[in-house]
Amino acid sequence: MRSERVRGRSRAVRWTAAIAAAAMTAVLAGCGSGSGGDSAGGSGTLTAYVYGDDAVKVQQAAVDTFNKTSDVKVELVSVPGAEYVNKLRTAMGSPNAPDIFFNWGGGSIKPYVDAGQLVDLTSAFESDPVLKDGFLSPVVTAGSLDGKIYGVPMRGMQPVMLFYNKTLFAEHGLQPPKTWEDLTKAVTAFKEKEITPFALGGTDAWTQLMWLEYLLDRVGGADVFRRIQNGDSSAWGDPAVLEAATMVKQLIDDGAFGRNFTSVSYANGGAPALFAQGRAAMHLMGSWEYSTQLGKAPEFAKNDLGWTAFPTVPGGRGDAGNVVGNPTNYWSVNARTKHKDAAVAFLKQMASPEYTKALVDNGDIPTTADAGDTLASSPNPAFAEFQYRMVQQAPDFTLSWDQALEADKATPMLTEINKLFAGTSSPEQFTEALKALT
Amino acid sequence: MTTVTTPLEKQRTGAAAGPRPRRRPAAGRRRAPGRPSAAWALPGLVFFALFAVVPMGLAVYLSFTSWDGLTSPTPVGFDNWTRLFGDPEFLQAARLSALLTVISWLFQTPVALLLGVWAAGRQRNRAVLSAVFFLPLLLSTTAISVLFHALLDPNFGVVKEIGPWFGIDPNILGSSTGALLTIAFVGGWQFMPFHTLIYQGGMRQIPQVLYQAAAIDGAGPVRQFFSITLPQLRNTITTSSVLMVVGSLTYFDTVLIMTKGGPGTDTTIVPYLMYRAGFQSYDLGYASAVATALVVVATGLSLLMVRFSGFGAMRSTREGM
Repeated sequence: MRSERVRGRSRAVRWTAAIAAAAMTAVLAGCGSGSGGDSAGGSGTLTAYVYGDDAVKVQQAAVDTFNKTSDVKVELVSVPGAEYVNKLRTAMGSPNAPDIFFNWGGGSIKPYVDAGQLVDLTSAFESDPVLKDGFLSPVVTAGSLDGKIYGVPMRGMQPVMLFYNKTLFAEHGLQPPKTWEDLTKAVTAFKEKEITPFALGGTDAWTQLMWLEYLLDRVGGADVFRRIQNGDSSAWGDPAVLEAATMVKQLIDDGAFGRNFTSVSYANGGAPALFAQGRAAMHLMGSWEYSTQLGKAPEFAKNDLGWTAFPTVPGGRGDAGNVVGNPTNYWSVNARTKHKDAAVAFLKQMASPEYTKALVDNGDIPTTADAGDTLASSPNPAFAEFQYRMVQQAPDFTLSWDQALEADKATPMLTEINKLFAGTSSPEQFTEALKALT
Repeated sequence: MTTVTTPLEKQRTGAAAGPRPRRRPAAGRRRAPGRPSAAWALPGLVFFALFAVVPMGLAVYLSFTSWDGLTSPTPVGFDNWTRLFGDPEFLQAARLSALLTVISWLFQTPVALLLGVWAAGRQRNRAVLSAVFFLPLLLSTTAISVLFHALLDPNFGVVKEIGPWFGIDPNILGSSTGALLTIAFVGGWQFMPFHTLIYQGGMRQIPQVLYQAAAIDGAGPVRQFFSITLPQLRNTITTSSVLMVVGSLTYFDTVLIMTKGGPGTDTTIVPYLMYRAGFQSYDLGYASAVATALVVVATGLSLLMVRFSGFGAMRSTREGM
């Protein structure tokens, strides 16, 4: 009896060991196959991560063209927009990193540059006329870091502008605001008619950020944020920041954004719908608002949608021509890629006339040097022309703050902006909190 | 076929006639009664170790480092921990998490308890209704959050039409109190069916004789509920409460989808703060400290609840029968 039990137990121990071994083998095998994944050298494939939205079809077409003639094939991975930044970051920290990836330049690539993960494309640009002369040089500069080029422009310009409802303005005998005084007048006029002056998707902090970006630029000029971007967080203490925040507070208190903007979302279409239905008269938004409205409310986009530059602010130091937003998006190349030359060859396509035309047909304004000649074929040449001139003539193009700063500063900054708009912190508390971001 | 078949062979071939012989297991198969071998627990233990203990250990390790997810973690000693306890955002998040837990418990427990007791009857209509009540638990949290977000849209949601009838400002998700209460409500709506089920099961374990005896003694339904049902369900209440508290402390998806921690930081509960630090600021060392703190608090609370409710003593609810 006793010996039986002992035998039983030793059998159990053997089973235990066997199962444990099997489990460990399975797990290790899993890890092994994972790390040997798709960036392996021999396969002759370049993986390219792209922000997944409507414009992906333009990049897919470029990939298809490239693959026809190249031995090294490009595989495009379209990552859903909301997941893009997280997925890229996780992948870049793992052995399964993409060879080429979409980004916003500036702070959005700084951690990768610091970790030595990006290919310095400066010499490729200098030695190759296609790349060197292919793009508007301020746009290339905007994507650079410390004077080194890490990105090739690959999508349209995304300046932020003031969209307005032409029909509503005409009905109330108003002109689109050119000065801050016009703007406050329009706010009062629309409020009297119970129309929300500005649509604002306040659940998303970046929509609120646009107001601060423009106000700080108009009040203090582009230099204030440039200092911040270069690492001088004491520049948040510049009086212009406080003044811009105070102007925001004034707008909120005046009801310029309506009473419930803190629960309106941009992402689910809440704010654009308010604007399209004529319940809000204006919308400060990136140039993509045009294609958003064209997709969701084509009648409104055709008949009522107007656009203009952000108004001037009396006594402000900033040039009235300055623009904020995203100059464009860029492709960068992972330093660990096995096919650097093929990658650069692929990126050169972004300067080609075919690619430029595909972007224009998609409603985008390319940042190539010859884009001005192609705008007539845009779905809306007037809008394309306005946007192109706006960017081309801008003395300064400030990259969106949340892309210009590194994530560890941008995230708390967005939180502080959200608090300012929600009324849980005052303009003074706002600037103090930002100064503390080191 | 002239061979003699033994009874055992008959049984094997299924041709047995007459009384079955007592089955005698092979000697080697025999075990000590009542104690299954440790090997049975092994698959569970291996998975628990791989997917819970190892990551938890890593998180504790990372909480003593500074790590951006790209380069190697660099040890920084107790920096993240001293920062944690001095961080006003963490303290606010901890307060909000505690508040959310209390609200969730107060909201879910009475309703789930009463529903569970009611549903424990064996009538057909109750079974059907219980199945209906159970539906929310089958939906994904994401779907539920998207749904409620749409309903609560201040300009296009149902709340805009119905809210004013009750004097409710449609800007619910944009107000501090409204947003937190909504999160508690949506969580309750989703998980109450689960707790109802637990209470229903607990209720069905209570011997009917207790109620029959009470009825003979002249106790009405209310008296029966407080003197029999509630005391008999005390271990069920503990189980449900532990699950509820741990669930509320780790609540996340709803916040991410419905409020993004806002307005301002008024719904930035601890798990959301951890997400923001880890996957938006890429400050994974600090995020690990937040995560570790959360594990410690949640485990501590569960142990305390189990201990002070007498659940740990494993007293039978059927004693005295």
